[in-house]
Amino acid sequence: MQKSVIVENLSKNYFKKEAVKEISFTINENEILGLLGPNGCGKTTTIAMMLGLLKPSNGRVVIHGLDIEKNRISLLHKMNFISPYIELPKKLSVKENLIVYGKLYGVKFISERIEYLSEKLRLEEFINKKTGELSSGQKNRVSLAKALINEPSILFLDEPTASLDPETGDFVRSFIEKISKEKKMSILLASHNMDEVKRLCKNVLMMNNGVIIDKGTPDDLIKKHGKRNLEEVFLKLNRNNHELK
Amino acid sequence: MSLNRIIGLFLRHFFLIKSSLPRILDLIYWPTIQIILWGFISKFFTAYSDYYNNTVGVILTCAILYDFLFRSSISFNMLFLEEIWSRNFTNLFIAPMRISEIITALVGTALIRTLIGLVPAILITSPLFGISILNLGVPLFFLFLSLYVFGITLGLFVSSGLLRYGPAFENIAWSSLFLLAPLGCIYYPIEILPDFFQNVARGLPLVYIFEEARSILVNQVVNYSNIKNAFILNAIYLFLGVSLFYYSFSQARKKGSLINIGE
Repeated sequence: MQKSVIVENLSKNYFKKEAVKEISFTINENEILGLLGPNGCGKTTTIAMMLGLLKPSNGRVVIHGLDIEKNRISLLHKMNFISPYIELPKKLSVKENLIVYGKLYGVKFISERIEYLSEKLRLEEFINKKTGELSSGQKNRVSLAKALINEPSILFLDEPTASLDPETGDFVRSFIEKISKEKKMSILLASHNMDEVKRLCKNVLMMNNGVIIDKGTPDDLIKKHGKRNLEEVFLKLNRNNHELK
Repeated sequence: MSLNRIIGLFLRHFFLIKSSLPRILDLIYWPTIQIILWGFISKFFTAYSDYYNNTVGVILTCAILYDFLFRSSISFNMLFLEEIWSRNFTNLFIAPMRISEIITALVGTALIRTLIGLVPAILITSPLFGISILNLGVPLFFLFLSLYVFGITLGLFVSSGLLRYGPAFENIAWSSLFLLAPLGCIYYPIEILPDFFQNVARGLPLVYIFEEARSILVNQVVNYSNIKNAFILNAIYLFLGVSLFYYSFSQARKKGSLINIGE
């Protein structure tokens, strides 16, 4: 299996605080890797370093054989990101936003791409509406369309279904599942929804306090820790870690 | 009326102000600058009340030129601030855009924004006041170009601060131009400033630009050395502005200010 992403001894220090401490992992082609951990454990910092938004203090991120620090611009063409903490300009219509990002990513046939995404993500009914006027479910689908505008081979999903109703959440999960198989994408999924992680991810990294405290397939982790589900594993690991601290 | 709720809302703003040095400086800054600017203008008119005699529109022309500078700088900053306000900042920096592309796009867009705001103002001065800025002739193009380059340069300095320090730097974006107004000698000759400020002012292209505008309007003399000096200083400041922008981007990547920049 080809490794699309290699993270080697990645660390980030802010002054004296170590946000991420020498973590290493890989993401294979056509794999969805789950990244689990409590708030403030270093997930966003890790993703930011992988996207080239943040300079690592140590270690490196290699994507498609190239170091992100030395090839940031060329690699960003092949990557994209979705997070509930960032938004698209509210005063622009959905279509205008997608045109803008199509241009920024150098998409060749923007109209066709928007049409394709619009159909797949059911954007047609509000494609000409201002993005700020949409419901959170609609905004989420638009953000997903923006994240797929450049047909990325690597996708970073930070809580992609946070604050969505069950129906929309299920639609988004099904879509991610389908598109990752069709396009052979490598996806890093950070989520607090354990069912989502179990359903979508082949492998899971458990992170706490800037380090990876365990990893494996969801079923192996459940078995290894003698728990009934991933949520219980998550709670056990984090409570243990808390007591150790 | 609940005193607790009144105190609660007061504290919401008090905590905000006391935790932000730029906000405190902003409160002190505006009255100080206004007093200094109008102090120099008053001093000039007291000493040289006949200077602008028979020269219709010098002040209005200078005001239009200054506004052009103000609009170009603010337009540049606004484009950056809009990305922060709309929480789109991170999206922009994970797109494969080079810093040079960002600067070029902002420079072009700022020009369009500036012209949209200023052209109608220029057009109404003729029917309303019988004044045309076109009286400056061919040098007007160089004056506008020089002001635009300096406006963009100031925009680069402020955007570098926004990039590095985030929205806390927003107030500086609005007030940077007013700091230069008294030193720029927009409405009066440089001689009106105290000696120390004259030396500082000579380091700004604004002095040469407005000196040239007055020279043409008052004395009908075109002095290209003023235009040349303005362009040399502009080139130096532009180089510094671009370098600072690159440096701030690199620092922002180290310190993490590109992540979730916003409120």
